[in-house]
Amino acid sequence: MLTLDQATYDAIVAHAKRDHPDEACGVVAGPAGSDRPERLVEMVNAAGSPTFYEFDSTDLLRLYRDMDDRDEEPVVVYHSHTATEAYPSRTDIGLAGEPNAHYVLVSTRERGNNEGPVEFRSYRIIDGTVTEEEVVVVPELEASTT
Amino acid sequence: MAIEVRIPTILRTYTGGEKAVSAEGDTLATLIEDLESSYPGIAGRLLEDSDGGGDLRRFVNVYINDEDVRFIGGLQAGLSDGDQVVVLPAVAGGC
Repeated sequence: MLTLDQATYDAIVAHAKRDHPDEACGVVAGPAGSDRPERLVEMVNAAGSPTFYEFDSTDLLRLYRDMDDRDEEPVVVYHSHTATEAYPSRTDIGLAGEPNAHYVLVSTRERGNNEGPVEFRSYRIIDGTVTEEEVVVVPELEASTT
Repeated sequence: MAIEVRIPTILRTYTGGEKAVSAEGDTLATLIEDLESSYPGIAGRLLEDSDGGGDLRRFVNVYINDEDVRFIGGLQAGLSDGDQVVVLPAVAGGC
């Protein structure tokens, strides 16, 4: 199960709508081992494409150095599909490199840049196996116990 | 000649969970050979062809002192004592 606060959920959806028809991508970082998606980091899609996304290699290094410095990990890795359903493609599955992350897919195929609901789904992708999980959106994450 | 190599989560199964390991080599290619001798199987995750003939995998990023090796000679990029190598899988996909 992925538990996400409303503001982060809304920001991911807004990013996907803004970048439509290109794919949008980013991460939500959180303290290592906490499973708490706390810090949204929108990334530039270096591919600038409606059918592909890739973090720029320099941005990628900076992101991971930042997370290391803060003792964080990518709790959520998200991207949008702009013409297909919010389900991991064969490419998504083959390239999934974060076994601990929740992979969030947002589909903007229905509304594009416009207001209105989107498909928002989350998966675990481990060794090529996709497992969908429930997404629970809460007003705010509960206070950290650590 | 010791080079620190930062290992991403997905490859830590090869390094017994270690986040960073020490290896030797005067080019990235020889460094990967040295890694393979200590952590068998890891080269196949970095190279298209694990016998050493292949290039770096398209969706594996390797940095030497924060420079993407693709811009500084790829597998032939030179290394010297004290350099830091970072390996990161690309975050990428597509519909």
